[in-house]
Amino acid sequence: MPRLLLVAFAPADNAALGGFAEAIGLEGTLIAFEGEVPPADAAADALKKEADGFTHIAAVSSMQSKDVMARLAGLLDAAMVTDAIKVVSPTQFVRPMVAGSVLATVETMHEPVVITFRPASFPKVEKNGDKALKVLETTTSRTSKSGGAKGSRPDLTQAKRIVSGGRPLKDAATFEKIIGGLADKLGGAVGATRAAVDSGIAANELQVGQTGKIVAPDLYIAAGISGSTQHMAGIKDSKVIVAINTDPDAPIFEFADFGLVADLFTAVPELTEKV
Amino acid sequence: MKILCPIKRVVDPYAKVRPLSDGSGLDIGAVKFDVNPFDEIAVEEAVRMKEKDPTVTITAVSIGGPEVEEQLRKALAMGADEAMLIENALPLDSSVVAAELAHFAKGYDLVLMGKQSTDDDNGQAAQMLAAKLNWPQATFASSVSIVDGIATVTRETDTGEETLVLPLPAVITTDLRLNEPRYIALPGIIKARTKPLSKVPRATDAGPKSRVVRMDSPPPRPAGRKVARVDELIAGLKERGVL
Ligand SMILES: Cc1cc2nc3c(=O)[nH]c(=O)nc-3n(C[C@H](O)[C@H](O)[C@H](O)COP(=O)(O)OP(=O)(O)OC[C@H]3O[C@@H](n4cnc5c(N)ncnc54)[C@H](O)[C@@H]3O)c2cc1C
Repeated sequence: MPRLLLVAFAPADNAALGGFAEAIGLEGTLIAFEGEVPPADAAADALKKEADGFTHIAAVSSMQSKDVMARLAGLLDAAMVTDAIKVVSPTQFVRPMVAGSVLATVETMHEPVVITFRPASFPKVEKNGDKALKVLETTTSRTSKSGGAKGSRPDLTQAKRIVSGGRPLKDAATFEKIIGGLADKLGGAVGATRAAVDSGIAANELQVGQTGKIVAPDLYIAAGISGSTQHMAGIKDSKVIVAINTDPDAPIFEFADFGLVADLFTAVPELTEKV
Repeated sequence: MKILCPIKRVVDPYAKVRPLSDGSGLDIGAVKFDVNPFDEIAVEEAVRMKEKDPTVTITAVSIGGPEVEEQLRKALAMGADEAMLIENALPLDSSVVAAELAHFAKGYDLVLMGKQSTDDDNGQAAQMLAAKLNWPQATFASSVSIVDGIATVTRETDTGEETLVLPLPAVITTDLRLNEPRYIALPGIIKARTKPLSKVPRATDAGPKSRVVRMDSPPPRPAGRKVARVDELIAGLKERGVL
């Protein structure tokens, strides 16, 4: 008998977990971490105690869930599917690989199965938690933590509108003024490329792409972004993509719904003023 | 301190790849292979530790066929002391890799490896390995310092960064910001040819718990259009209902 355990790392996960339960056709028991989630070793140990008797254990994809759920899979000797975007059956899932160049159908041949899934690919179905999980003991200690309350901007992975900037933004102040300015006017979030993050123009948690955040807004505005495979892997599920780039041959124009060949330093402020 | 750096041979992360038309696998064609970029960052970090502390020894390890020697040689050229090829021709998944590595990691103080491979994009093996060894883990590291058997790791999180302090032995995975791997000069590659590379049989008979049964191309995005001015862009976005 298949039994589904849903793990919420944050309250916002509940509706996505409800949607996943519907997609896989199982009712699901939802446990939610109460308070701060501890480092992975303690979190996975705590989850292992709850996992007994479940054939499927699912969580929303995030850096945190990848950290914890893969360790849990190791503890349970489980099969694992990362970043599922579709449930074909309880033993078959579709997931992207090679920076989204391939959609792979993965078959699991073992139970339990630990799954992380991309919330944008599933409906939102409200679900209440069945149990709160509080963890106190850890071998690894967390000595500092930054980020979390980033002003009034929405979370990148939930945002309806995102403005992202790339390498030409020069420095953090310019990035914040140009990209942040339009994002605030739109009530949206700010994203960045790896090139922008690596050169210190943008904070690491803003990186969008294969190895950063996967986003799915209604509107994604990419300013000064070339359109590398790695960046595009993170934005393919956006409803409308806008590219602003001085180079008419930039690869991003192949993916953009609207392409504007222009200097971002004039086009973005103009857009900010007029929207 | 003994460091184990597991590395994976992957298709060139900058190459464009697509599935074969019958969905049976990847169309590799003339695509080159390289060390998974995150594993390269791990080897670089280990080599930097060795440069500061000559008592550090580094073993690069990989699982696969004879073709993987090429990537192990690169790790040796970067500065690893020895390499180990766990010979395997059978299907693998992360759980098998973790089971094998758990056997060979015993006796090491630190496993330093990539947070994910750029082909499978799974990001599972290191955490599974840490679980099997019952060692603490710190994933997505952007800075690592080890003093007196205690690792202090700054790691990237969904919302920013955090610092973890964990006792060795431990498993640490690398993120992009940890370092920029060195360019390997010719003398290094020549020297690497004389460094030891041993071949060992698999230690477990673990079989994969999952397998890829089909590969498809993602659906293409419908063609967009170029707009000449900001006003035209705004009109278009309003038409699409996103402004
Ligand atoms: C293992 C690995 C993982 C990676 N993961 C990611 C990832 O998750 N996310 C990611 O983004 N990248 C990732 N990358 C990096 C990726 O390959 C690209 O290098 C990166 O996305 C490029 O960023 P960019 O578009 O800002 O810079 P560039 O490629 O340098 O593009 C800058 C663009 O700005 C345009 N431009 C210049 N001046 C102006 C102006 N004044 N106005 C308008 N346009 C202008 C240029 O024409 C150009 O097209 C990864 C790479 C590797 C190897």
